[in-house]
Amino acid sequence: MKPRHESGITRRDLLRAGAGTAAVTLMAGASPFGMVRMAFGSEKAQSFTFAYLSDAHLYVKSLNQKFVDSLVKGVQNVNDMDPPPDFVFFGGDLAQLGHPDELKLGKEILSGLKPKLHMMVGEHDWYLDMGEAWKGLFGPDRYSFDHKGIHFVVLNSVIVKDYWTPNNMTPEQRMLAMAQLDNPKGEAFSVGSEQRAWLEKDLKKVKPETPLVVFSHSPLYKLYRPWNFWTDDAEEVQKILSRFKIVTVFHGHTHQILTNRIGNITFHGFLSTAWPWPYAPTGMPKLSLQMDRPDPFFSTDGCGWGTIDMLGSGQADKTYQLWNRSPMKVTYQEIAAGTWPPAYAQGSSGPSY
Amino acid sequence: MKIKKGILTSFSITILISLGGYAYIALAHGQPHSEQDLKLFEMAYQKAVDQGYKLFHDSKLGTTGQSCDMCHPDAANTHPETYPKYQTQIKKVITLGEMINWCIINPLKGEALPLDSEKMIALEAYITNQRKGVPLAPGKH
Ligand SMILES: [Fe+2]
Ligand SMILES: [Fe+2]
Repeated sequence: MKPRHESGITRRDLLRAGAGTAAVTLMAGASPFGMVRMAFGSEKAQSFTFAYLSDAHLYVKSLNQKFVDSLVKGVQNVNDMDPPPDFVFFGGDLAQLGHPDELKLGKEILSGLKPKLHMMVGEHDWYLDMGEAWKGLFGPDRYSFDHKGIHFVVLNSVIVKDYWTPNNMTPEQRMLAMAQLDNPKGEAFSVGSEQRAWLEKDLKKVKPETPLVVFSHSPLYKLYRPWNFWTDDAEEVQKILSRFKIVTVFHGHTHQILTNRIGNITFHGFLSTAWPWPYAPTGMPKLSLQMDRPDPFFSTDGCGWGTIDMLGSGQADKTYQLWNRSPMKVTYQEIAAGTWPPAYAQGSSGPSY
Repeated sequence: MKIKKGILTSFSITILISLGGYAYIALAHGQPHSEQDLKLFEMAYQKAVDQGYKLFHDSKLGTTGQSCDMCHPDAANTHPETYPKYQTQIKKVITLGEMINWCIINPLKGEALPLDSEKMIALEAYITNQRKGVPLAPGKH
């Protein structure tokens, strides 16, 4: 590691580089400096919790109050966490039809969050104006950051081949086509070669022992193409990630309880605040415990949000915070030991109403 | 306009359908359906399925912007083969059409369709068609 005190020493840099034992002792415990345990040059990650909100699918307020209420509830739930999470991640599809008013409404609601917020884009946010309004409100659609010894990467995984220009589609028609999950003419999501090159470059500076977390809207594997539970260049992205020992992917889009593991990568899907998707008829990963079919008579059944406990090992436990059911926790230990899902639940799709 | 004898052009089919032509072309008892008849039945059926697909993906059935496909892509989790059944929350035996109306009234905040309306029949046609080949299991939970 390149010494950081080569030019312009700050107190934080000293702590990071472990150049002051007294300072470290002083700062240990309730420290405002997140990096304090990285003193002495250790790459070991520090355990912490963050919250995951996703797929709010907001229409303009005059049209649909229910989805607004659901996101407000999610924000309230996160703010009620004690202790508070280190940050909140939003998993995409903030808007339903990519309209600037929908996105602004979403930003207004999310501004009520007390912890820091990281945003990711979904196809519903993107395809009215190809991300212009979203980027104007929230910044770049791909970026990375470091937190407590973990490298986090946020991707835009909803890039599709241009089928609107040859078909002379208006931006509204394009958005409606992209918003239809079961659109038989839809193109497959991808990360794309340009962004994969960016990812490789971003990861160059990261050591293979550093735990890696990747956020994508679509699952970064191939589950079910007809509903775009799918990323077309998933294998290529997975290959880029294969250099790292500990990789966790958190995704939105599927609006359901979903777990997968491919090689060194553990994949976690999260709930929507707006509505649950049914499970795909084929392609379900073995690790997925299907939640019982949501009861339509409870308008928020199968919906909710999530919390993620990043362990000191750099692996993650997740908890589905379901609004109409008990929380469901899935630990990394269970996944690694092959004891998830529990035997009694395998192959069950639960009762119907 | 000239309609060739013995050949149902698409124009004449349209007329037959719009006149409720099923009875008209129904055959004398005991006779097998001609290929033309079968084609006509199939076209009429497919027309209902297509109309149902459109309605199922159209937010105009309700007032919230939502459409049926948002919770039921490809009509998943509608399980038409289990109707009529005792709907636990309504506490009586209902048909698929009645459950469709429940969804239109509640999540979609729209107006119920008459059960014998063209739109309701089209919705039932699309939803049921998606489960073609699945054994009937009325009453199943
Ligand atoms: Fe979504
Ligand atoms: Fe999505």
